[in-house]
Amino acid sequence: MTIESMSMAKALNLGLKKAMTENEKVILMGEDIGALGGVFRITEHLQSEFGQNRVLDTPLAESGIIGTAIGLAMGGFRPVCEIQFDGFVYPAFDQITSQLAKLTSRHDGKTTFPIVIRIPFGGHIGAVEHHQESPETYFAHTAGLRVISPSNPHDAYWMIQEAIQSDDPVIFLEPKSRYWPKGDVDLDASGTPLYSTRVVREGTDLTVAGYGPMVSVLLQAADIAAEEGTSLEVIDLRSLSPIDYAPVVASVQKTGRLVVASEAPGHVSVMSEVAATVTEQAFYSLEAPVLRVAGFDVPFPPAKLEANYLPDVDRVLEAVDRSLAY
Amino acid sequence: MSYTDATIQLLSPEGTLVENDVTAQYLPLISALTDEQLLEFHRQMVVIRRFDVEAANLQRQGHLALWIPSLGQEAAQVGSGSALRPQDHIFPTYRQHVVARMRGVDLIKVIEMLRGLSHGGWDPKEVGNFHLYSVVLGSQTLHATGVAMSMTLDGSTGTGNPETDGAVLTYFGDGASSQGDVSEALVFAASYQAPTLFFLENNHWAISVPVSRQSRTPLYKRGEGFGIPSVQIDGNDVLASYAVTKQNLDAARAGGGPRFIEALTYRMGAHTTSDDPTKYRDEKDLDFWTAHDPVPRFEKFIRARGASEAFFADIKQEGDDLAADIRARTIALTPPPASSMFAHVYAEASELMQTQAAWLANYESTFEGGAA
Repeated sequence: MTIESMSMAKALNLGLKKAMTENEKVILMGEDIGALGGVFRITEHLQSEFGQNRVLDTPLAESGIIGTAIGLAMGGFRPVCEIQFDGFVYPAFDQITSQLAKLTSRHDGKTTFPIVIRIPFGGHIGAVEHHQESPETYFAHTAGLRVISPSNPHDAYWMIQEAIQSDDPVIFLEPKSRYWPKGDVDLDASGTPLYSTRVVREGTDLTVAGYGPMVSVLLQAADIAAEEGTSLEVIDLRSLSPIDYAPVVASVQKTGRLVVASEAPGHVSVMSEVAATVTEQAFYSLEAPVLRVAGFDVPFPPAKLEANYLPDVDRVLEAVDRSLAY
Repeated sequence: MSYTDATIQLLSPEGTLVENDVTAQYLPLISALTDEQLLEFHRQMVVIRRFDVEAANLQRQGHLALWIPSLGQEAAQVGSGSALRPQDHIFPTYRQHVVARMRGVDLIKVIEMLRGLSHGGWDPKEVGNFHLYSVVLGSQTLHATGVAMSMTLDGSTGTGNPETDGAVLTYFGDGASSQGDVSEALVFAASYQAPTLFFLENNHWAISVPVSRQSRTPLYKRGEGFGIPSVQIDGNDVLASYAVTKQNLDAARAGGGPRFIEALTYRMGAHTTSDDPTKYRDEKDLDFWTAHDPVPRFEKFIRARGASEAFFADIKQEGDDLAADIRARTIALTPPPASSMFAHVYAEASELMQTQAAWLANYESTFEGGAA
């Protein structure tokens, strides 16, 4: 077992490099990803190593990036597209939802579209408008797309490689607040299948579930709750489409309580869907309604208000207390 | 908007070759064609026009939800489609029925789409890289440019071997020219010098909106603005459509980067069978374009070259036979099984699809007599 401590940014960079080394049809496309290495430096040094025909600095046109990636996939390539920021994905919305998501079905599966769309997402970086959003619900709602989000460097290293190997289009959401903290990466084995949920901390009193940037918040909440004598089980969904419900349902059957959390607004969210499905599948185990901790249903506010907007440890614990009070 | 001083025309409305300084570079491409090839142009135009009438009738009689006629645009399509090589890729809109047929698509597949039985219908790899119809205007121009970029990246174009070097032709219309995707496709194609030929069929109408609302400048000048060599042709002249397309495809496949052709033609019918052009079209316009109908024009040309009466009788019969065949097969079409909608949503196994397909099958089996 080869364990290295590194940031998620570094893990993604190494994962991309490994995928490109193993398959010459893997190409990267995006804005500023070449000489600069991307605004978050995720693709740093890859253009100098693989050349301009493997790492394409594209014109500034998101629909153009995804639309031409579709053609490149038809031509036998496996494009990995970088959308510079979450709020810049919408100009590509038609090409992602009306074109890419439907084309495998329209071709009766005889042509596939192995395209990964990397999107840095979420808040906590104090940025200007359109740079801190959580667009996952739009894509999880769209048939034909897979939507995943790593929460730690190890998952990031493996999930980016597995996403690139997938023959389905994958929306790959990178929690930018987690780009820089380091964590252990096992360079020999993933240990977890791509589209599966994982219990990251076992507990007995209540289950908290989240994905991407929320998982570290949930783990902090579990630490604090433990000091107060409450045992939280923490679940990392990892995949938002499909959702692997079995570990969530099994956990709720054990604890009887569930709090779900996301930075995305709660109205018609992925977590609303988790709440509904767990209610259907574990109704007789529930001691309290499934509670949601989410961003408010407002446009992402100016940076100086993001601490008021984003769900934090205290808001998770507030929901835990409410659930336990039922 | 009609013909301009820039419009390249090889065949006059009277059916004679136009010989001048501009046409001199194209006429050798016409001289190189055999009589059989010239007759083939006419056969394709006449047969597809007969098919088009039959399909519209099928819609009126309730057998199709919709029909999309190509009446009047046959020369632009047959000429450009004839200039393609087997290795080329074609990205259509939803109106290039004759090019579909020329590349090997069974037209019943187009009918199936408009009868509400499929969203695709063919495997482009099996029909000369003729890709699926695209309903969101202009979206396909980006896919075309991506395929062209793939040829540049993997070295399957620009080697100097015209037998193997690829190019990509994408059709789009005057309405689509206003879409952002078309501009982005032009940017990407120019930036990466991809072998994309942008073939704009300017049929003067986007449903009810005239081309004058889309552009204050002749549309071929849009291509020039992106640094792409661009020309305007008489799209009702099958010879101009063939020769200018061939020259530009060859330039693109030789490594010359993208090209842009605006073919001036006219949508002589409705946008679709749900449209009513009498509400917005000046009939005098139709008179002008009827006088420039591409089919009689080319018929004069080939008659003057000695085409036989038997040829004209044969192609009329072929059109009638195709129409009868399509009618019979259309009426016999049956819906696909409901389970098919789950089959290829994902390339890899999907538990959600399996669960929902199984639920629907079980649910429908509870109805008296089986499926609802």
